[in-house]
Amino acid sequence: MNIIVCLKQVPDTESQIKIGPDGKSIVTDDIKWVMNPYDEFGVEEALRLKEKHGGEVTVVGLGPKRVTESIRTALAMGADKGILVSDEALDGSDSLANAKAIAAAVKDLDYDLIFTGQRGVDDDLGLVGATIAELLGIPQFSIIVKVEVAEDGKSVKVERPIEGEALIIESNLPALITAQKGLNEPRYASLPGIMKAKKKPLEEKTLADLGLDSAEFGEGARKLKILELTPPPERAAGKIVEGETPQEKAAELAKLLHDEAKVL
Amino acid sequence: MGDNRIFAGGEFLITDVTPEEVFTPEDFTDEHSMILETVKDFVEKEIYPNIDKLEEKDHDLVLSLLGKAGELGLLGTDVPEEYDGLGLDKVSTTIVAEAMGTAAAFGVVYGAHTGIGTLPIVYFGNEEQKQKYLPKLASGEWCGAYCLTESGAGTDALNAKTKAVLSEDGKYYILNGEKMFITNAGYASSFIVYAKVNGEQFTGFIVEKDFPGVSTGKEEEKMGMHGSSTRPVILEDARVPVENVLFEIGKGHKIAFNSLNIGRWKLGASVMGSCKESVTQAVKYANGRIQFKAPISSFGMIKTKLANMAVKTYMSDSMMYRLAGMFDDKLATLDADAKKSGAEKIKVIEEYAPECSITKVFGSEVLDYCVDEYVQILGGYGFCSDYPAERYYRDSRINRIWEGTNEINRMLVPGTMMKRALQGRLNLLPAAQAIAGELMTYSPLSVQLPDTPLALQEHMVKMTKKIALMVAGVAAQKFGQNLAKEQEVLAVLADIIIEIFAMESGLLRTIKIIDKEGEEKAEYHIAAVKSYVDDIIPQIEAWAKKVIAYVEEGDMLRTQLAGIKKLARYQPIDGVSLKRAIADRIIDLEAYPF
Repeated sequence: MNIIVCLKQVPDTESQIKIGPDGKSIVTDDIKWVMNPYDEFGVEEALRLKEKHGGEVTVVGLGPKRVTESIRTALAMGADKGILVSDEALDGSDSLANAKAIAAAVKDLDYDLIFTGQRGVDDDLGLVGATIAELLGIPQFSIIVKVEVAEDGKSVKVERPIEGEALIIESNLPALITAQKGLNEPRYASLPGIMKAKKKPLEEKTLADLGLDSAEFGEGARKLKILELTPPPERAAGKIVEGETPQEKAAELAKLLHDEAKVL
Repeated sequence: MGDNRIFAGGEFLITDVTPEEVFTPEDFTDEHSMILETVKDFVEKEIYPNIDKLEEKDHDLVLSLLGKAGELGLLGTDVPEEYDGLGLDKVSTTIVAEAMGTAAAFGVVYGAHTGIGTLPIVYFGNEEQKQKYLPKLASGEWCGAYCLTESGAGTDALNAKTKAVLSEDGKYYILNGEKMFITNAGYASSFIVYAKVNGEQFTGFIVEKDFPGVSTGKEEEKMGMHGSSTRPVILEDARVPVENVLFEIGKGHKIAFNSLNIGRWKLGASVMGSCKESVTQAVKYANGRIQFKAPISSFGMIKTKLANMAVKTYMSDSMMYRLAGMFDDKLATLDADAKKSGAEKIKVIEEYAPECSITKVFGSEVLDYCVDEYVQILGGYGFCSDYPAERYYRDSRINRIWEGTNEINRMLVPGTMMKRALQGRLNLLPAAQAIAGELMTYSPLSVQLPDTPLALQEHMVKMTKKIALMVAGVAAQKFGQNLAKEQEVLAVLADIIIEIFAMESGLLRTIKIIDKEGEEKAEYHIAAVKSYVDDIIPQIEAWAKKVIAYVEEGDMLRTQLAGIKKLARYQPIDGVSLKRAIADRIIDLEAYPF
């Protein structure tokens, strides 16, 4: 079976995020870019399915040149080929536009399953997966923690956690699955894998290559506009409840919860 | 790489090197960067959560982690592909060693295994030995160890008492003796053992743990590196098949000394990785620790510490990758046959023996500086084992002792270079002789520096090279062959040479960054070089004068001192502001900034 994994490059969660002078974007100078962790689950799952059912895994990334680093990482983990959709006109695009470009890049490929992360850890919108599925006209299963493909490779059974229970859904293929934490433990890119990745095909495509009109992309075409970014409020210092005995401390705590925190 | 000028070992002292001629971390290929990420990932996910268990000597865990490292290819970077390794370049090996440097005692297990436990077979083993042992070592199925030291043979390694005698049937060597301080002894399956055949010919052997007569003694109680196993290895009528003689009878010293060169370079990389982590840990604490209603990282003295730690580490980093690049450049000149020959490859490593010693001494002393300040920044918490600073402090100390003490390595730096000068391998003497003449006409006042960001520092590096050559020349003239016995003089010479390599490596790397990315992007790199050179020049001047004062007297003393003063003429710059700027950058990033 052939599988496509879409991946996004996001700032490492360890990076210090600073808001830029325009108040609407972040300063990217000191940012370390990594593969979106939820996409990593998708890569891993695709590789496991390939190991079991055979076929090929194609990784599709979108964004500037640096995204090739993340595609190479996926190739080093074991994916077979990569596609980078890269075009200056894409700068500033919203989720809808990005999904359009990705859908155009994969629509003519031979695939049974598409994985995306359930959301990007940068802007946390979680829109791209569903939008790609809609554009391709295939079913979509979001926030999935377990994937089982039938022996004949024609259908899939997935599990989605809901309120402590599990929703189990079956579907025909092709389908799109958005990966949630818990789906698997992604493997490392091994050193032999890294050296092999160097020789794997990585194609680069512009919007024109995909037959798309660049006017539908970029800042100007956004349907979703960012008005302002604000940092999370500074966390206030903690308070240590004073008291001689546990009883005294409990009484003091109850008082604080009532008078100050106003939760009782 | 490949078309670069190939330098002789120690040649940096007598030649001007251009930025294009050094390899720097900014020159990493995509593969290099990915290797770094993989190892960092491995250490973060597999080692950090297990540090407590490792510290309690969970040997099974060590072996399973070694197996995992093997699966990822981390043990095979230096092992040729024919023997299930990867045969990667030395930059890659340096990267793996650096990232393993933060893996606490597992880094030691790893270092001993992949370095002195495996490489003697890579470089000196015959075909059968390579086929038999390397795949097991590269996969981590077997752990390797190295047995050189004995109770009476430490730095004086060739004084070994362990004896090997051929059995009557001619099939075995019977080994008797006791090796000391053997890293990995508790779980190693193979040992590179040195013994004297018939009590005379110093020879290497590959000894398996299951050979009859091989056992290990009690675990040493150590100051640091609690997670690694260190025991004596006892050979009591140990039966070692004759086919396990490594290299040639009586040529054990070649294996031993060359293995140490490799060990030194890899140790330099690993301590440098540890330095970077100590900066990051220290600044994280300093940013969060509030005293007098302000984070302590806002205080000038803490800033100085952070800046010094990072700047010294930057030099160490620059030296390590420069050396790795020198290895790779020279290895690239070998023809196809030579590339397959361990003996040819080891010659390349041996060429840079002075640089191996330099990076080992510098790196291990920078780490000792870093961990000391790391503890100091944490104050009382730094002294308590709840924080990693205490372990870092203890773990660091051994690095100045093993792979040759920093004392013996200091002797080796000028010692090897002077020996090569006498052999005609290194043109030190003409360069030293030229200085005297130059000094007559040289006037520091008439020096015109170009208008580049680091012109002054470039000039000072050139001048310190002249100082080193002058001091070496004066000492050589006075003591001749007896210079080898003048340890105090050799130590100062070594210190000057080490600092030159440090300053120059940082300087060339920074100029390369400026050329590629522009001055603005290199702002903190430039500050680091300026600050470091500003700190070191007065020291070099003082060291040089000390030697001259010991060697010369009367008019000669006055003339020589005047010469040193002329060469070391330097007007201090505002180092305080530079260090504040670097520290502010560290504080802002909350990490090692380069």
